[in-house]
Amino acid sequence: MAHTHNAADRQASIKKIWKTFWILLGITVVEVGMAFVHLELGWPSRMLLNALFIILTVAKAYYIVSEFMHLGHEIKNLVWTVLMPLTLFIWFIIAFLADGDSWKNMRRNAPSAPLPAEKVAPAHGGGNHH
Amino acid sequence: MDNAVTAKKKWWSGGSSPFNVSYGKLMMWYFLISDAFTFGALLIAYGTQRFMAEAWPDPNVVFHSFPFMGHADMPLVFVSLMTFILIMSSVTMVLAVNAGHYMDRKSVVKWLSLTIIGGIMFLSCQAWEWMHLHEIGAWWGSNPFPNADGTAAISTNFVDFFFTITGFHGLHVTSGVVLNIIVLINVLKGTYEHRGHYEMVEKVGLYWHFVDLVWVFVFTCFYLL
Repeated sequence: MAHTHNAADRQASIKKIWKTFWILLGITVVEVGMAFVHLELGWPSRMLLNALFIILTVAKAYYIVSEFMHLGHEIKNLVWTVLMPLTLFIWFIIAFLADGDSWKNMRRNAPSAPLPAEKVAPAHGGGNHH
Repeated sequence: MDNAVTAKKKWWSGGSSPFNVSYGKLMMWYFLISDAFTFGALLIAYGTQRFMAEAWPDPNVVFHSFPFMGHADMPLVFVSLMTFILIMSSVTMVLAVNAGHYMDRKSVVKWLSLTIIGGIMFLSCQAWEWMHLHEIGAWWGSNPFPNADGTAAISTNFVDFFFTITGFHGLHVTSGVVLNIIVLINVLKGTYEHRGHYEMVEKVGLYWHFVDLVWVFVFTCFYLL
């Protein structure tokens, strides 16, 4: 892998690294700041705040993988071979969290002993749609 | 590298890597994918338990202490410092990789040393946090924290997952520091100078950034959500 680099290239790449650092730091400061705002004012709502945290976390992950791990500058073949398997996480997360929520509802309706699923489902209108 | 890549190049017709990276770097990527699934499984199991629970401890109450500050109520401050240290060490790592591209041994030594120091600082912070939590009665199987809604804790899921996942992450940081030290010794010995490239620094760099990436998710899942 031959490199035809010079001092100007090097300065530019170092500048980009620090730019990414400031972005990551900025996002973290916003996250912690929002958590404090929520503690003080009770605003924004927990739901809105959590959505914001997840979006900002994904944004940070993007900058780390794309810039620091250099994946954004690799060829498409490598990008896809890394990212494709990770798309399994989408279903992985939805399925397991929904399952946890469904269990909570089942146990809530049967505090002493677990009931068969078909007896619980009508109680809260189609429990498998969470 | 980029100027060697043309749109017409047939990547799959043999003669060169279709991924345009060396074997070692590709295998590091594959390892990191598998490791991502391990951490993902742990974090999703934690999420499932949390969705199953009627109530859960409030992280702002659990994590509110700072070393040498006594009983001052400082939610999130200490873990923010830990996050800052780890991001900073990721920057010094990428600067070491960058210096390696230019065969600048002195800079590689400087930035890699700072990365190792950052990793040790992070581990020290984590050791303090674990000791502090242990002192107030938190450990695997022992949950002293009431739920956010004021009810008493009925399970130890929160502490179990906290210690398992931050412990597993801490183990990764520890092995990252060890790998960085080994590579630093090789840099000082001139091994990579002799080899003609500093690709080994890139490989441990990938691992180190991954550890930082996992922390981003651990930070969100345990301290923010």
